Amino acid sequence: MEYPILSYLIFLPLIGVFALFFLDHTKEKLLKGVALLITLIEFVLSLPLFFMFQVENGGMQFTEYLSWVPRLGIAYRVGLDGLSLWLVLLTTFLSCIAVLACWEDIKQHVKEFLVCILLMETGMVGVFVALDVFLFYVFWEVMLIPMYFIIGVWGNPARRIYAAIKFVLFTMVGSLLMLVAILYIYFYHANVTGEYTFDLLKWYNLTIPHSVQTWLFLAFGLAFAIKVPMFPFHTWLPDAHTEAPTVGSVLLAAVLLKMGTYGFLRYNLPLFPEAFVSFVPLISLLAVIGIIYGALVAMVQADVKRLVAFSSVSHLGFVMLGLFTLNLQGIQGGIIQMINHGLSTGALFLIVGMIYERRHTRMIVEFGGLSKVMPIYATLFMIVTLSSIGLPGLNGFVGEFLILLGAFRSQFTNVIFVVFAATGVILAAVYMLWMFQRVMFGEVTNPNNKNLPDLSKREIMVLVPVVIFIIWIGVYPKPFLKPMEATVNSMIKRVEQRVNVKTVQEGKVSFKALKVVESQGEQGA
Amino acid sequence: MLDLIWLVPFLPLCGVIINGLLGIRFPKRLTGTIGSLTVFGSFLVSCGAFYELIQLPAAERIREVILCQWIPSGDLVVNLGFLVDPLSMVMLLTVSGVSFLIHVYSIGYMHEDEGFRRYFVYLNLFVFFMLILVAANSFLLMFVGWEGVGLCSYLLIGFWYQRQAPADAGKKAFVVNRVGDYGFLLGMMLIFVTFGSLDFLKVFPLAHQYLPYGGITATMITLLLFVGACGKSAQFPLYVWLPDAMEGPTPVSALIHAATMVTAGVYMVARCNAFYVLAPLSLGVVAIIGVGTALYAATMGLTQFDIKRVLAYSTISQLGYMFLACGAGVFAAGIFHLMTHAFFKALLFLGAGSVMHALSGELDIRKMGGLRKQLPWTHSTFLIATLAIAGIAPLAGFFSKDAILWGAFQKDSWLWLVAAITALLTALYMFRAVFMAFYGKPRLDEHVAKHVHESPPVMILPLVVLAILSVVGGWIGIPPSLGGGEWFQEFLAPVFKSAAPVAVHHQAGGLSLVGLAQAAESLGHSEELSLEWALMGVSLGVAIVGISLAYYLYLKNPEAPGKIANSFKTLYWIIFNKYYMDEIYNAIFVQPIRRGSEWLWHSVDENVIDGTANGAGRLCTGLSAILKRLQTGYVQNYAIWMLVGTVLLMAYYFFR
Repeated sequence: MEYPILSYLIFLPLIGVFALFFLDHTKEKLLKGVALLITLIEFVLSLPLFFMFQVENGGMQFTEYLSWVPRLGIAYRVGLDGLSLWLVLLTTFLSCIAVLACWEDIKQHVKEFLVCILLMETGMVGVFVALDVFLFYVFWEVMLIPMYFIIGVWGNPARRIYAAIKFVLFTMVGSLLMLVAILYIYFYHANVTGEYTFDLLKWYNLTIPHSVQTWLFLAFGLAFAIKVPMFPFHTWLPDAHTEAPTVGSVLLAAVLLKMGTYGFLRYNLPLFPEAFVSFVPLISLLAVIGIIYGALVAMVQADVKRLVAFSSVSHLGFVMLGLFTLNLQGIQGGIIQMINHGLSTGALFLIVGMIYERRHTRMIVEFGGLSKVMPIYATLFMIVTLSSIGLPGLNGFVGEFLILLGAFRSQFTNVIFVVFAATGVILAAVYMLWMFQRVMFGEVTNPNNKNLPDLSKREIMVLVPVVIFIIWIGVYPKPFLKPMEATVNSMIKRVEQRVNVKTVQEGKVSFKALKVVESQGEQGA
Repeated sequence: MLDLIWLVPFLPLCGVIINGLLGIRFPKRLTGTIGSLTVFGSFLVSCGAFYELIQLPAAERIREVILCQWIPSGDLVVNLGFLVDPLSMVMLLTVSGVSFLIHVYSIGYMHEDEGFRRYFVYLNLFVFFMLILVAANSFLLMFVGWEGVGLCSYLLIGFWYQRQAPADAGKKAFVVNRVGDYGFLLGMMLIFVTFGSLDFLKVFPLAHQYLPYGGITATMITLLLFVGACGKSAQFPLYVWLPDAMEGPTPVSALIHAATMVTAGVYMVARCNAFYVLAPLSLGVVAIIGVGTALYAATMGLTQFDIKRVLAYSTISQLGYMFLACGAGVFAAGIFHLMTHAFFKALLFLGAGSVMHALSGELDIRKMGGLRKQLPWTHSTFLIATLAIAGIAPLAGFFSKDAILWGAFQKDSWLWLVAAITALLTALYMFRAVFMAFYGKPRLDEHVAKHVHESPPVMILPLVVLAILSVVGGWIGIPPSLGGGEWFQEFLAPVFKSAAPVAVHHQAGGLSLVGLAQAAESLGHSEELSLEWALMGVSLGVAIVGISLAYYLYLKNPEAPGKIANSFKTLYWIIFNKYYMDEIYNAIFVQPIRRGSEWLWHSVDENVIDGTANGAGRLCTGLSAILKRLQTGYVQNYAIWMLVGTVLLMAYYFFR
């Protein structure tokens, strides 16, 4: 691999932005066409990442280095491993979908909107591949600005400003604390090794005292927990999702939330392993609360989009539970669930957006009986709903199963968490199917719904690729699981080396010991 | 043929793809033919595989066909593959055979429905998942089939989604099944943690080594799996979805909610027999839930007037018998009854469908009567099925039910007693339906009476085939005491062999309320034989009493049932309202969860969490509002503040 593929991915959207500046802002179709072309090229460019990825290699691949501010140890360092591989591919894939989806939706300030989308793409890819902490922070903050405009300018007029400001403030609070922590580690590294550097891979070799780790974990963790969002920091999410335009919600749910979970794996786990282990009970508890709480609150929502937003809280609870199991199945499940959530929730927002474009409302009571009027829409909606419910054969199940299995056998979490978390599987069926029934089944009672057109060719083209991946991951997840295995194993190994706890193997021994006790009891009786 | 076993589920999937993606412009006849032929193909392949299987010596009749690696994650390696052994063979033949007949019937039954293509796509999809379920080689793949059939059940119950009741019923079925699946899921994880694998062939042979007899792990695994079985097979307390499921088209009720899907729980328990025999407590629970549900559902069947609901409660009751068999350790008898029940219950439902077809959709047996002459084929086949379910020799139901009763008696005579009472009720409520629908004076509505007609041949043919099976289907399992060879039980024996020695070994310690069972054990062979005959006589007698009672109550003295109901008004009312179970569930689960969620949303989410965030914002704006007053813009004010500051600073240095 000789050409700098990751840099192409980061900077191609910026070239697209540059190109857009020179185009007439009244020629909407042309603008959208150019943006679509750029995102499509970007997606095609990102595919070699998958094909050339060395499955057995748990370290960074496709790495690039360029000196930036050598005096401060800042450099342009990027690289990709089994964790970021999927998130980058998810980003490039969904960006194409996003541009195609905004075709009819966005009528005003089209050029500016597309610029925002492309800027977002640069930021998202950058966050996932940056290996220099300073660079990471730049991308992390850069993301905020286009998203702020997407919600604030093209959102739902009634409450868009409130939602946009809430989104920015919440994220800022977290990221400022993270900045402090970053600077602390930067100087700590200089004190210990004498080298001032923001190189993340060098930071990985630090052994920070446990008590300090706790504070640093909290500072980083808060930034990421808000982004995930974990209960009780989720309150920006329903507002941001509900008020954002469709494409904004899609990118927000599918990619931006993943930056939080990604952060936990990329920063908190390797940098603060001892603290990570000691925080397992608290985070797992919050994750399980999130699963059940999100599901229950989703159940009683009257607005479809808000319902989907709360379901995100529930799904991301599963992801967090998986990541904090600290074993292969749990973390792999967590990562694959990030992708699943990106696909299914992204698709759900697209689906809600399509009906919103037709009726300009998202209230469940306004609908009913749409299956009759829009059969193609109904079929795709059904598949995505089932994916969100976690039906075996579709993607959601693979993730949830691995997460629950990982948590069940984890040395760090308690089985009781699994017992409660798994109720999320029941509740998901309740809220999703109830919503589906009220929107799609029954007679068409509202006269406005009588003559709704079914999906156009473009809309089918938006949804079908997503649905293909939903089915693919569900039916044959092996190509998705294999590339991340080595990476996850090396993460776990790093923790096990640092933290003196029972390994998974010892765990099995202890379970056998339990059986011995049982059989002794049997003999005694 | 054995290596081609993957074709069995694959062919119906082809039907789904052809009809689903390409079939928009297909004429109905073509759609129906494709749907039926693909299932018939599965049946043929199953027959071929069966033929090859019986050529092998009994000990070698287990073949695993692995297609590919499916979910690899570290030490979790799940292979996609199929397991062919006598148990899955029986299931494959039953499922594909009965499904084919019902597909054919559906061509006639659904020919006027505008959702014809959708119907056949769902039905084929169901057959696909059901065949995956019974042929799976691991718990995880079985779970895929398990949830998949649940999905198809949901889609088909709610097939007429434009009406409220079917849509509600579909959702209820899915959610209640999910509660069961929750248990299955946890059980599956416990299996993986214990054995390090989910493959049947790796797990079951190790059961003896890893699970001590009566240990906590074995009990937990089996009870959790049984929760799943209760959901799918509609046992107490998770049976509530099945009566409502009758909102679906009648062939669906026949296929999914009588013959195949609902028996998946029984199949799963039988498949896991290696676990269950190690957990006597769980076996006891299975037996008691089974026999309890059998009796409980039979009482409700007595009071219903909707012919499909009578059949639904009867299904729940018969499934209870099958679980009783499993709980009593006679798994083969349970599977035997599963098979014969698939024949006669599918026939009953299809017969009911034929009646509905004739009566423009009428379901109420109070508005039928005397249909015998107008619907001769439907009547005779329905009668055969009813005789079979009532347990009249030598029809299929007699032998399978008798095998269960005998097994139950050996386990515990109380179980036998309850089961025998249930048999009486079964004969009573089934003949009640027959007499009210087909005999006596016609009570039809006038506009209905004009159009009464026998169904077309495409619907009658499956009825006849099933009727033949309902008669002869039991002959493959005639017990030695009647001169038979118990061929069926012998065929299945290799699957249950690993279970047998342990069961016998620990039999003495099993739970037993009365010493009769032990007494039976101590009897000599000839005495045991006569006891077996006596019990057979009792069950046959019980069935005849039930039929005569039905004849007396519903044909001779039609006023009598009303009088009886009046004299036990409260009891009747409770049973008529299905013990108010739906209302109770609504009050203790549905409503509290809904209200609790509303409270969570408004009080916790909006007030506390969002309130804190907004409150922090308001605090900031409030403070700034105060502070901003300092910035008046008047130079004099600033000068005064400077003066104050200077004075204070000087004072500080002066006095410190």
